[in-house]
Amino acid sequence: MATESIKYLAPDTENKAKTQVFPRPGQHTTGLIDWLTTIDHKKIGLMYGMTALFFLIVGGLEALLIRSQLWDHNMDVLTNRQYNQMFTMHGTTMVFLVIMPLSAAFFNYLMPLQIGARDVAFPRMNALSLWCFISGGLILNLSWFFTGGSPAIGWFGYAPLTDTRFAEVVGDMGPDFWIFSLQILGVASLLASFNFITTIINMRAPGMTMMRLPVFTWMTLIVSFLIILAFPAITIALVELMFDRTYGTNFYDFLEGGKPHLWQHLFWIFGHPEVYILILPAMGIVSEVIPVFSRKPLFGYGLIVFSGAIIGFMGFAVWSHHMFTTGMGVVATSAFAMLTMLIAIPTGIKIFNWIGTMWGGRIRFDTPMLFALGFITMFMIGGFTGIMHSSVPIDAQHQDSYFVVAHFHYVLIGGALFGLFCGFYFWLPKMTGRMLNEKLGKFVFTLMFLGFNLTFFPMHYLGMIGQPRRTHTYNEGHGFETWNQIATVGAFILGVGIVIGIYQFVSAFFNKKLKPAGNNPWDARTLEWALSSPVKEYNFARTPIIKAKDQAWENNYGPRENHAEKEPLDDHGVHMPDRSWWPLVTALGLFGLAIGMLFHRNIDPSGELVRDYTVPILAGSIAIIGMIMWALEGPGGYHLFPKENDE
Amino acid sequence: MSDASAHALEHHEPVTSTGIPNKKVLMWAFLGSDCMFFGTLISTHLIYRKISATVGGNFLDIRDVFDIELTSFSTFILLASSLFMALGVSAIHKGNLKSMRWMLFGTIIFGAIFLACQVYEFTHFIHAPGNELTLSTYRGEPHVFGSTFYVLTGTHGTHVAIGVFWLIGWLAYSFTGKMSVAHAIDIEICGLYWHFVDIVWIIIFPVIYLMEYAL
Ligand code: HEM
Ligand SMILES: [Cu+2]
Repeated sequence: MATESIKYLAPDTENKAKTQVFPRPGQHTTGLIDWLTTIDHKKIGLMYGMTALFFLIVGGLEALLIRSQLWDHNMDVLTNRQYNQMFTMHGTTMVFLVIMPLSAAFFNYLMPLQIGARDVAFPRMNALSLWCFISGGLILNLSWFFTGGSPAIGWFGYAPLTDTRFAEVVGDMGPDFWIFSLQILGVASLLASFNFITTIINMRAPGMTMMRLPVFTWMTLIVSFLIILAFPAITIALVELMFDRTYGTNFYDFLEGGKPHLWQHLFWIFGHPEVYILILPAMGIVSEVIPVFSRKPLFGYGLIVFSGAIIGFMGFAVWSHHMFTTGMGVVATSAFAMLTMLIAIPTGIKIFNWIGTMWGGRIRFDTPMLFALGFITMFMIGGFTGIMHSSVPIDAQHQDSYFVVAHFHYVLIGGALFGLFCGFYFWLPKMTGRMLNEKLGKFVFTLMFLGFNLTFFPMHYLGMIGQPRRTHTYNEGHGFETWNQIATVGAFILGVGIVIGIYQFVSAFFNKKLKPAGNNPWDARTLEWALSSPVKEYNFARTPIIKAKDQAWENNYGPRENHAEKEPLDDHGVHMPDRSWWPLVTALGLFGLAIGMLFHRNIDPSGELVRDYTVPILAGSIAIIGMIMWALEGPGGYHLFPKENDE
Repeated sequence: MSDASAHALEHHEPVTSTGIPNKKVLMWAFLGSDCMFFGTLISTHLIYRKISATVGGNFLDIRDVFDIELTSFSTFILLASSLFMALGVSAIHKGNLKSMRWMLFGTIIFGAIFLACQVYEFTHFIHAPGNELTLSTYRGEPHVFGSTFYVLTGTHGTHVAIGVFWLIGWLAYSFTGKMSVAHAIDIEICGLYWHFVDIVWIIIFPVIYLMEYAL
């Protein structure tokens, strides 16, 4: 049997021994080595999730420092430079190291289960994405320890703030760390998206047509397309900026013929699709949760999918609404204003569909549902203020005031983060096999909901009466103090809520006293709920043959002809690809390459600039060797022989 | 041999929902993304082209710098390499390893000639007597044309270089005795990549070079 199984693997695996540097971790690997070399989408998803929750705490602490500084007029908890660094790091962290990877965690864990697949299409590439994400997060936060400390340029890094000539600290490296970290995070997101697109298009179980895909999987697909089409703009913008800072080119250098304005365009051509990259996964999660807790099928499935796609498409045509005050001319400004108003329509459609789903349903208010309802209401408030600043004259008043801060936190926390927390409360029973404590969950929701509104609702008013954004303090006599103090108290309440929530998520993996979940504790609808909790290593013992949308529900309640069938057991067993060291090695190479590039310039005693490429070349070679070895080792694999219904 | 490899193929490339191999979908997705990379670079260049003609009274007529005969020649070479690539793909589909090797070899050589021309072109421009065009200056004064031009064409050159090394990898692999029809898909996606990089050049050449002579 064993020899038989090796024979029909990849043609390259026969000469395994020759190309092997490290022994390839085998089937029974456990512990640390297992986590470092795993290519299982479920474990990768968990690592994404845990790392992102860690960064949520880091980014949250930065936010609390900002809030402490704004407690009263002329405070000096932070200097103005430190304040700028704090909001830069906070924004960058929350967007790239928290919300995006949390979404990626759910994509990884759930999408293959929802379409009836063994894994994603390229499991080792998936591991590379994970390690690139972790490297990028490290590089960003390493900036604290080097010349100039962290970047103080805002998460948008507007030129000419990034111009070396205007650095507050001579030889400031913060922006360089920021550039390289975002580049590596970009690699992570791009690779992951190529992988998800291929998986969803190509690895659906028989009968799982596109219009039977769960909405969450649809949103994964749409977000992946947004990522592969939007990230190139920022990647190139960052390459140009990197050249400006390291090799003296003039892309954004207005003293030498460049146009800082170009940076804004390139940044927001990426930036606006990016906000949909942040919100659509949460919308997918909520679309799965609301039907389950209303005990009704999703109202207007086709419309929800279609409006998701339209939002994604139109998202590429509205970027200049971030630049209304830059003087683009009447025609451009009006066109972008109109398109921005239009995009509210598909968004509104989704909201009405969720309401339609709840309408007449038997609603259960468990924690996931509370977060889903919190999502809808809070996201709507953020949406309304968004429509407000799609109007050019009104936006001229809002721009750079706290009103904007209120807007994007209603969509990002009230929207994205609430949606993701909803996902945790909903799917952790599936991932851990244990039910979370409902009382504690409701307590977390209450804290977060109250804290969030206390923090950010007053900011609408503060913005209207003129408190500027990105400014480290304010003077006495404007009447800003009271509302700022309320906001700061709220921020701490929100912080406590988030920390308890994270504690609850992490402890679900270890706390044996929690109630066992069983396969389908919520009586939910999609395919993953037909599997055991936690899901077996091989996912499906036999490939399901899908007969309907909401397959798990149909299996229990649907007419006979809608029950899923299963392909016969394969007597070769389930083919599991082998673990691999090479994704980790390749990511380490890229990490070294970035660090090497950051430090390749030195000033020698005579004051001359010398460039030394030894480290980048060495590290780059490690990455290349990693890729070659990866190609040579092949997918490899072993076989598991689950019993008929052991899944 | 072909029997065993067909067997290998069957298990290696599972049936997919669309019938298209995973690797091919992956490559198409990547190329879609790559369009946006080049789109951004080309727009940057075009946006700056007019603005950058005169910076600080330092009038730039790029025709004084360009060497259009050389670039036309290298364009021709790159286009011709695509023919070799296509023949190579068709050879491996037929299981004709020997012919595939020659075709890959031809592609590699033509790709290398293109790169050599580019290196020559760059050094030539940087040192053009009286008309030095560097990354950041023209005739020793600050200028943007060099920035957008070198970064754009350099990115394209990097793509060609990656393609050349990738093909060298497969050429070397074909001598290990392990290569068979089962690898046709791998050569095919190399081919997709190569043709794409070629098409990008078909856009760059008229838009960045020829247009300077027409307008
Ligand atoms: C603990 C909860 C949070 C609090 C108290 C908080 C508070 C703040 C504050 C005070 C600012 C600075 C405003 C300014 O002066 O410009 C800010 C900026 C920002 N926050 Fe948050 N925030 C929180 C969570 C989040 C989350 C979850 C995201 C999700 C993506 C996020 C995204 C941003 C962004 C993008 C900026 C703009 C940064 C910039 O202008 O560069 N925040 N936040
Ligand atoms: Cu926007």
